[in-house]
Amino acid sequence: MKSVFKLAAAALATTAITSTAALADGHALSGDLVIFSDMSNPAPRAVMEGMVERFGALHPDLNIELTVIDREAYKTQIRNFLTADAPDVANWYAANRMRPFVDAGLFMDISDLWAEDDFANLESTRGAMTLDGAQFGVPYTYYQWGVYYREDIFNELGLTEPTTWDQEVANCQVIVDSGRACYAIGSKFLWTAGGWFDYINMRTNGYDFHASLLAGNESWTSDEVRETFANWRQLIDMGGFLENHQSYSWQEALPFVVEGEATAYLIGNFAVQPLREAGLTDAQLDFYQFPAISADVPLAEDAPTDTFHIPSGAQNVEAAKEFLRFVVSAENQTMINAGDALGQLPIHAGASVDADEFLEQGFEMLSSNSPGGVAQFFDRDAPAEMASIAMEGLQEFMVFPDNLEDILARLEDARGSVY
Amino acid sequence: MTDLSTQSHSPTKRGWYKRHEIALTPWLFLLPGFLFFAVYVIFPIAQSFNVSLYAWDGLDRPIYAAVEGAEITDAECTALGPRARGNPGCAETGEFASTAEYIGLENYQELLGDRNFEISLWNNLKWLVLYLLAIPMGLFIALFLNQTVFGIRLYKSLFFFPFVISQVVVGLVFSWFYLPDAGLLDSFLQWLGFDGLNVLGNPDYATYGIIAAGLWPQTAYCMILYLTGLNAVDPEQVEAARLDGAKGWKMLWYVIIPQLKPATFIAFVVTIIGALRSFDLISIMTNGGPFGSTRVLSFYMFEKALSEYGFRMGYGAAIAVVLFLIMLVFIAYFLWSMYRDERGY
Repeated sequence: MKSVFKLAAAALATTAITSTAALADGHALSGDLVIFSDMSNPAPRAVMEGMVERFGALHPDLNIELTVIDREAYKTQIRNFLTADAPDVANWYAANRMRPFVDAGLFMDISDLWAEDDFANLESTRGAMTLDGAQFGVPYTYYQWGVYYREDIFNELGLTEPTTWDQEVANCQVIVDSGRACYAIGSKFLWTAGGWFDYINMRTNGYDFHASLLAGNESWTSDEVRETFANWRQLIDMGGFLENHQSYSWQEALPFVVEGEATAYLIGNFAVQPLREAGLTDAQLDFYQFPAISADVPLAEDAPTDTFHIPSGAQNVEAAKEFLRFVVSAENQTMINAGDALGQLPIHAGASVDADEFLEQGFEMLSSNSPGGVAQFFDRDAPAEMASIAMEGLQEFMVFPDNLEDILARLEDARGSVY
Repeated sequence: MTDLSTQSHSPTKRGWYKRHEIALTPWLFLLPGFLFFAVYVIFPIAQSFNVSLYAWDGLDRPIYAAVEGAEITDAECTALGPRARGNPGCAETGEFASTAEYIGLENYQELLGDRNFEISLWNNLKWLVLYLLAIPMGLFIALFLNQTVFGIRLYKSLFFFPFVISQVVVGLVFSWFYLPDAGLLDSFLQWLGFDGLNVLGNPDYATYGIIAAGLWPQTAYCMILYLTGLNAVDPEQVEAARLDGAKGWKMLWYVIIPQLKPATFIAFVVTIIGALRSFDLISIMTNGGPFGSTRVLSFYMFEKALSEYGFRMGYGAAIAVVLFLIMLVFIAYFLWSMYRDERGY
């Protein structure tokens, strides 16, 4: 059984052609497989249902029960169902977001799966799935963050994609002079400001410092952090950000890009779809990697990863593990991340990316131009309580940059009590 | 017949319940009420007090038992946590233990130094004071509408309308009204030649902006209370006052308002409680922001205990206890004045 699987894994790794048939051969799975999923939006829901259907076809004796729960409601419900009525497979997020469940022993340690050959192809997210030296879930999709900008306005102003901070600032000056804002942002729900901090801090001080800061090992009043805020302040002081952003959600800030009142948006790839639906063509919209600030700091990116886990109360562990193997397989990841499905990036190194301007650029960037590392996101890397206090401070800084000292002192204070 | 009646009145023959019927029946009728009140009000209050003494993230940890013959103890299995399921020596028991840790009054100590808690308290005070404006405004509109002209029922229902629609809708309508640049308020101010004003984005004004939104439905509520109250005003007293030459403010102050006392009392009660319960408007209009400046205690409790970044159940419970104690002051006053009224002084 094991050797058949290894063979299959090797085939996957080299040719990226599936051998799910071979995979299924040795496994006669039976009984019930209960899956709780938070993929409730129309496209993700179809993807989830498609996966269950295909997995069910491979294992006809297995009775799969899929329950899809509203994505926001899921965040509270998971706390109940993991203890009261645990499914065999459940969705969640990577990194520190799974810490409470791992600490309470509610997610199963699945390091044995990660020791299998095919999982070597998921190396880029191994770190994000690891807590206390063991792995607790598998990734099925992630997406890049970066600067989405109006190509036509850049052309009109004679600007090119910046690769250094000086170019970025110079571009912004030209844009501001033309009566526009450089960057759209809606910080009402705070996390978008976390994205800006992630990037400026990772570019100024590097991935390792950033990770260490969010893990509570560096001081918020250190010179490094101050330098990050000083860089950020350059853009704030020149009027680079959309005014009144504290009143908008990220969606409410999109029309400013569509109407050309703001030329760029630092956001995740999920913003592409609404921008296209609002009428922007691929000729008007383009993407660039956040530029380098300090030349000797290797580039690192944010790529939030969505995951599957096995709760420790699972009844059919064997089937659950088989489902996770199926989820991470190259064929499945290619299929579910295609432009007409999730429209995101597969993690499996052998998977292929759909022909889409933004997916291709994102895949290229994450696989070959992110030597510093891949972070999850501010509110997934930092503990929840620290994230909420800090993001509030980041929003305040963006509106009242002069309050910086007070904000930093508050964050340092919170660091003392949270960790 | 006479025989039967004498028999049933003979004390020796009557059952225990029959003998105490008069005393017992009211209690029997009250019993379901007491039961529900105890289960859904008294018990949760006691529970909140209890939870506020713990540090707890709301999760329970599964308990494992060692398989017979394995070289591992039950406690060691449970301590393995997420690794226990992979250990052949451990088996699930299906039982769970709380991860709560008793910390005494530490949550309350932390509250003392928590500046967000301080902001929330001050905002609650602003709500309490400014929300009371709904009472005179409601009275004014009620007096204005208390006349018989064509279509008055329609006008009355239009004025009552904001109270009927959901608070969420009120919040949305007002946040569009306040929207920078595109909103009505901003357009109007700019038309007058003033600078634009981002009410909800400015920490100095945001709370007042939300209270103004809350006053809209609350005024309607007070208005309807006063309209019914005005129906009960004695026309003979008004007539007599008029003969004595009272009119205008004097008529209102010395004749009408004293007769509206029951309506005023109810309006006061619902407004105070409404101010302390304010949650939906804040959640819809600012989500507590900008940078936490519009939080009130109920919202802060929700954030700490139940929101995406929260799950500090003990800390949330401690905030809830403080809110409860504040409410208790008002509840005690209301109960006391109702009791006084019943006794007729």
